[in-house]
Amino acid sequence: MLLLDRQGEKVDSFAHLQDGEKIAGKTPIVPLAALEAELAVQGGAPLGVLVENNVRTAELEPYFGTLALIAIRFPSAADGRGFSLARQLREHGFTGLLRASGPLFSDQFPQALACGFDEVEIPDASAARQPVEHWLAARNRITLAYQHEHGLGESILDLRRARTLEKNLNGAKNV
Amino acid sequence: MYRYDEFDERLVRERVAQFASQVERRLSGALTEEEFRPLRLKNGLYLQLHAYMLRIAVPYGTLHARQLRQLAHIADVYDRGYGHFTTRQNLQFNWPKLKDVPAILGLLADVEMHCIQTSGNCIRNVTADHFSGVAHDEFEDPRPIAELLRQWSSLHPEFEWLGRKFKIAVTGATQDRAVLKSHDVGVRIVRDPATQQVGYQILIGGGLGRTPMVGKVLREFLPREKLLSYLEAVLRVYNLEGRRDNKYKARIKILVHEIGIDAIRAKVEEEFAAIDSPRNDVDPQEFARIAAFFAPPAYESLPDVSRKLEQAQAADAELARFVEHNLFRHKQRGYTALTISLKPIGQAPGDATSHQMRVIADLAEKYSFDEARVTHMQNIVLPHVRLDDVPEIFAVLRAEGLGTPNVGLVTDILACPGLDYCALATARSIPVAQALAEHFADPAKQKEIGDFSIKISGCINACGHHHIGNIGILGLEKKGAESYQITIGGDPGENYALGELLGPGLPAELVPEAIDRVVAVYLSQREPGESFIEAYRRLGLAPFKAAFKEIADAVA
Repeated sequence: MLLLDRQGEKVDSFAHLQDGEKIAGKTPIVPLAALEAELAVQGGAPLGVLVENNVRTAELEPYFGTLALIAIRFPSAADGRGFSLARQLREHGFTGLLRASGPLFSDQFPQALACGFDEVEIPDASAARQPVEHWLAARNRITLAYQHEHGLGESILDLRRARTLEKNLNGAKNV
Repeated sequence: MYRYDEFDERLVRERVAQFASQVERRLSGALTEEEFRPLRLKNGLYLQLHAYMLRIAVPYGTLHARQLRQLAHIADVYDRGYGHFTTRQNLQFNWPKLKDVPAILGLLADVEMHCIQTSGNCIRNVTADHFSGVAHDEFEDPRPIAELLRQWSSLHPEFEWLGRKFKIAVTGATQDRAVLKSHDVGVRIVRDPATQQVGYQILIGGGLGRTPMVGKVLREFLPREKLLSYLEAVLRVYNLEGRRDNKYKARIKILVHEIGIDAIRAKVEEEFAAIDSPRNDVDPQEFARIAAFFAPPAYESLPDVSRKLEQAQAADAELARFVEHNLFRHKQRGYTALTISLKPIGQAPGDATSHQMRVIADLAEKYSFDEARVTHMQNIVLPHVRLDDVPEIFAVLRAEGLGTPNVGLVTDILACPGLDYCALATARSIPVAQALAEHFADPAKQKEIGDFSIKISGCINACGHHHIGNIGILGLEKKGAESYQITIGGDPGENYALGELLGPGLPAELVPEAIDRVVAVYLSQREPGESFIEAYRRLGLAPFKAAFKEIADAVA
């Protein structure tokens, strides 16, 4: 697995359970089904959860304050439910780490970031074809966006507002 | 017309470079074919039966002369000298080479055009009434919101990987010429009877394809500043809740059908309540900036009637026919919206040669304030023509094989490319359309039949809108042979209806005769002034079915 964020490859301080066991020295990521049980024994230590892309935001909302990370599983690159789920989690106030986990490819990196993900975790086979440089390069191909709230790049609306303001200022100077 | 500013331009240029990089990375193996395919489709590039096909977005069908000339240039240099106008007001080239696509995209960007989201599981090209801004029955010009939606939906990071494609249409007129009820979302500009405020009625869940569904009202009235946040809620609900297990059940119409309009409304309203905030409202200054591009052109003050045209008509029966069928009543006195039929008898519906594109470009520039429109009926409109100029325009059109006076008549046939081009098709469409046009070619006969629509699809995906043709023809493959199922009573407009099956499928050579029989029932039983579809509604299916059976029995 390759983990990366805006800066590039990242050392994972979290770890999914392996055969149901935690990895020493790592913050565990437990499946949603095991979350309640884990919280009961965890004693306030940091914790992550792995969810499928059809989970309801309302189901996770009670845990927003306690979860350090939510990893949303992407069963395939073409299944975009995780993008909307990420947006929803952010809009409902989740401020912890949001991770996309699955076979996304580099062109989807800016979309994932724009939807509120902080990082993506991709299988080794994808990473072998698409090294970190590809993912970072993908971020800079489209540098502006029509979507004001969560665009891929600079907001075109903001750029247009700034242009109008500048025009008005120049106009005022000339008077 | 809308014109790009530096930001629109930069975005399209960056998208071209991005696509070039995607092609490179496919060739290097960095992207698998499975990864590359949706990227290629989102840029309008299909792999068809014989070659690649490139679909170019014509936003809400609007073109100016430079754009038309550039399309003609591309047709000459990179294709076979013609293009095909589609039922989504777009243009398709059927023979481009993969290696040339980045160059073509560059040429398109030079004239403020692109192929963004003309295919793939994303929000497609927004379509609109082709008489937007000029129709006499229009309440408000829908092009500003069409452009607003084009921008909002372009490269939307959340909605690039939907369960299936998503089509939006808009209108601001009384008569629905944009087929709103066949769209995933239809937007109609309305006035709230209570407050007199202008806003939108939102329809949802319409569609054709293998499971035709009629769009339903999701919101009776949406305040105008809420349009984008509300649609964001609709798309998010669809993206999260739409089926992903079966691509044939993945459109929003199936979700609406399965959970019901009330349940989907509750979900959308809940999502909207979470998104809705002044910060997410449509920016009024930005909307005004866009709307300003669609201000009416500098019309002259003219009388209602053109003596010049009247005299010319009296002297030329063909011109008179053209005036009768190809002109549409304009808002502005002394002007008309003139439709150029791309359905000359015996030709492939919707095709135009590069030469014809240049002719239309010249006419648009000279006579129509540099504007042309593509219709979902695969014709071209010159939207602002002085009645006085119609004789001159017609003379040019006639000389170029573009003067066919058949708009809205039996030979104005809508047809998909079918098995002649398309990899999905199960039967040919174009030869059937050609045979029918030849069969009904006599202008007197066409006039006698009056308003009549034939729509032909070469497979169940219904690109040829067969469900909503007065006569719908669906080409299927049956035991290795092409077989055509015929429906009757479809209507795309205000009295929206899906057609009903007339009987068993027929071989292509019997289709004209079968339709002849159906037409004969109408001609013998109609009341004065009654159109075919009106007579059908009064008479019901039975008499038409009986007449059809005589032909069908002959085959059986």
